[in-house]
Amino acid sequence: MNKTSDNFNSSSIQSSALNSRHLIALEKLTCKEIELILETAREMKKVFIASKEGTRSVKKVPALQGRTVVMLFFEPSTRTRNSFELAAKRLSADVVSIAVSVSSTTKGESIIDTVRNLEAMACDIIVVRHKSSGVPELLSHKVRSAIVNAGDGAHEHPSQGLLDIFTLKERFGSIEGLNLLIVGDILHSRVARSDIWGLTKLGAKVTLVGPPTLVPQGLEMPGVEIQYDLDSALPSADAVMLLRIQQERMESTFFPSLREYSHRYGLNKKRLSLAKKHCVVLHPGPINRGVEIDSEIADGPRSVILDQVTNGVAVRMSILYLLAGKL
Amino acid sequence: MNIKKQVTLLDKIGMEKAIGKIGADISKRLLNENIAFVGIQTRGVPFAKRLSEIYSAQTNKTPAMGRLDITLYRDDLNQVLDWPVVKESEIDFKVEGKTIILVDDVLFTGRTVRAALNALSDYGRPKCVKLAVLVDRGHRELPIEANYFGMKIETSPLDYVSVLFNETDGKDEVKIIEQNI
Amino acid sequence: MNEKIVIKSGRVLDPASHLDEILDVAVIDGKISEIGKSLNAEDSKVINAEGLWVCPGFVDMHVHLREPGQEDRETIASGALSAVYGGFTAVCCMPNTDPAVDSVGAVRYIIERAKSAGFAKVYPIAAITQKSEGKSLTNMASLFEEGAVAFSDDGRTVMDALIMRRAMEYARGIYTNGISAPISLHSIDENLARGGQINEGKISAILGLAGIPSCAETIAIARDIALAELTHAKVHFAHVSTKNAVQLIREAKSKGISVTAEVTPHHLALTDSELIGYDTRFKINPPLRSEEDRAALCEGLKDGTIDAIATDHAPHTQIDKDLPFDSAPFGTIGLETAVPVTYTILVKSGILSPLKWVEALSLAPCTIFNLPGGKLKVGAQADITVVDPSADFFVEPDNFKSLSKNSCFIGKKYSAKPVFTFIEGKCFSLCL
Ligand SMILES: [Zn+2]
Repeated sequence: MNKTSDNFNSSSIQSSALNSRHLIALEKLTCKEIELILETAREMKKVFIASKEGTRSVKKVPALQGRTVVMLFFEPSTRTRNSFELAAKRLSADVVSIAVSVSSTTKGESIIDTVRNLEAMACDIIVVRHKSSGVPELLSHKVRSAIVNAGDGAHEHPSQGLLDIFTLKERFGSIEGLNLLIVGDILHSRVARSDIWGLTKLGAKVTLVGPPTLVPQGLEMPGVEIQYDLDSALPSADAVMLLRIQQERMESTFFPSLREYSHRYGLNKKRLSLAKKHCVVLHPGPINRGVEIDSEIADGPRSVILDQVTNGVAVRMSILYLLAGKL
Repeated sequence: MNIKKQVTLLDKIGMEKAIGKIGADISKRLLNENIAFVGIQTRGVPFAKRLSEIYSAQTNKTPAMGRLDITLYRDDLNQVLDWPVVKESEIDFKVEGKTIILVDDVLFTGRTVRAALNALSDYGRPKCVKLAVLVDRGHRELPIEANYFGMKIETSPLDYVSVLFNETDGKDEVKIIEQNI
Repeated sequence: MNEKIVIKSGRVLDPASHLDEILDVAVIDGKISEIGKSLNAEDSKVINAEGLWVCPGFVDMHVHLREPGQEDRETIASGALSAVYGGFTAVCCMPNTDPAVDSVGAVRYIIERAKSAGFAKVYPIAAITQKSEGKSLTNMASLFEEGAVAFSDDGRTVMDALIMRRAMEYARGIYTNGISAPISLHSIDENLARGGQINEGKISAILGLAGIPSCAETIAIARDIALAELTHAKVHFAHVSTKNAVQLIREAKSKGISVTAEVTPHHLALTDSELIGYDTRFKINPPLRSEEDRAALCEGLKDGTIDAIATDHAPHTQIDKDLPFDSAPFGTIGLETAVPVTYTILVKSGILSPLKWVEALSLAPCTIFNLPGGKLKVGAQADITVVDPSADFFVEPDNFKSLSKNSCFIGKKYSAKPVFTFIEGKCFSLCL
């Protein structure tokens, strides 16, 4: 075996630097680990996106041949699941999607059972989405497979955070010193939390903007600022991310009406003109056109929303590849 | 680990001569081809660059250049102890119709070249692929041979052949580090 | 049982008489027969208590024994045994069983089950309202006559202030020995706490878990202090968890309002920083609070604002605690860790004197709920707890007698262990 690795000596000098077997939260990653994921993602993107003249006729690589990646989504999410599935397939892994009926898993016993059953069928990586914060962490203590958090409650959505950072890095070259505005329902947003950890670790500033009912004071920390008025926050923004606003938040009185929300926090052309010329617009999707963002902006030249979707696959390939190294 | 014996096989001048010979050979034999040099990460990259410079100087043509990282095509990913970092691949040209010179520093088991051939074929269908290496140290595990090489040496399978380039390592040198068991 | 037992040369700590001396204690026929120096130990079973502390039997005024209805978590017998091994000679059990203890039959059932188990004494607490739904009062007088020692809707708050007022007023008219029936209040504003999982603050924000603000407790306690002032009822606040609540109770006491309070070992020892990692063993209601709150609770015990230590022993099965965090039940067991945890946090650190600590675990709960016991005096029932203050150990779930293992103290290191528990003279030796 040493013989072959000698032959591969040029690349085996360095090795994968993820510290944990699981990817649960950006809060737990070091700066170095985040950069490793981003750099690997850049190469992963080349597997399926043409760079200049060069084209790859085959948009996949054999790296994870023979590995099994399971999509365990306790909460419906077509976008994230598709993105992870595509990422796994582009690495030649076998992909299984497990349909979980919510009713059969009201008991945590069956969550752990479900995962142990999957392991009994020899799966390697389990991508988990759950409506409750902490479920991926719970599973990571109970199983041998690698757990990838694809979003847990209002805790974290690390792959989304990483793809946001990747997109900004692609656009601006460096993350350090940037100011990202995250606008909307921060309280219930796992995306916001992952972005906060990832971006502040890389030296960016994050400004949380929204009605005070939706912006928890507890998130104020070094590198994070809280503002309640979008118009006065916009001029210093290098990028603005709008979070999806959900109807049921209105019903539980976090704000009085969608109309009033949109009036104060919806991003339209006039408002965006307050920002710097280079300011880009992000959205984790799916978009509520006309509520948190106008169509004109979402489809306009400053929008990097589709780049986010593309980069999502690259980042998830990177995550799966790097975690496979810990199996 | 046991005491290691190191023997220098090529110094700066020796390397220059060996590379010059390969470059001249390629320039002569592939003069009329639409060629591209593709260096295999890491040491194949500076090597390919030097070959292309020789080629340009001798033919007045500028060949296409690329670099290839074969990590994602390795056949030992299920067994490695140190998970490899993915390095940059960059092939900014259409491979169709081209004669591609794959360039690596050392030819040993042949598995790197096998991986590179697979990677390359995922980019498209070149007209033809040639292989240039600086050192052929034997012990092939696959039916692969170099079209161009600087030197052939006898080694024990446990020896380590170290090739250094000024561009990546600060000096030009080829050494063999023997393992005394 | 005519055997005479002499507990020799222990440090006898009796808060009622301010006694703190190396003495012998003799027990005959289930009663304390003599306390003094060099007692005659001929024909007696002698227990060498050198280096040990001899205290009035500890009483836990707030436990959940789960029977009837949830016997997979705990039974009256297993809970009473757990109490003995934790150094408690008596416990008061909360009525939020299934069905709730809102009927005379349920009170009688608990008393009988406890008697036949023969471990720690079990005093039932009856519900304030039917099914603890906060709507209509239980037959409080009948329940009291049957043996309920107090009233509580623990686990819930009587959110309707008018119902609460009526309950307090009504309880005032129910007596034993001229003392009104006490009401033990779980005071947390349910609307403010709705959906909450842990203390609201930085950690809840980071973990993405809904918070329970500390003012959910202070608002409810402020209301109940006002009602206590209005009704002159004997009001006891269960498991106080916040700095502001301690201050409210301090002010109420200084105004002469009849309120008392208890605090749990986990609120004295731990903070919400334990929750990083989503370990449901730390999911407790009221939640583990901030370090500032924790320090204020210790201070409250020291200055007498908080009277008693009670565990809120709340057994849950592993299956239930393995649920996703927001579906898992609240609670930690506490009977078998209360003595070491509170000794370590309060006595070893010098916050409380040994006598004051013993008082919070024995005399104070007995006084608040008007229970027998809490004193070491000749002629009293021999309910005695003997503690070895020199023991150092890590809490391990395998050692628990409780049917449940959901302790928030597992893996942590504490000092002091109960070594003998005497219940009416019956000796349980705990270190075998
Ligand atoms: Zn309670």
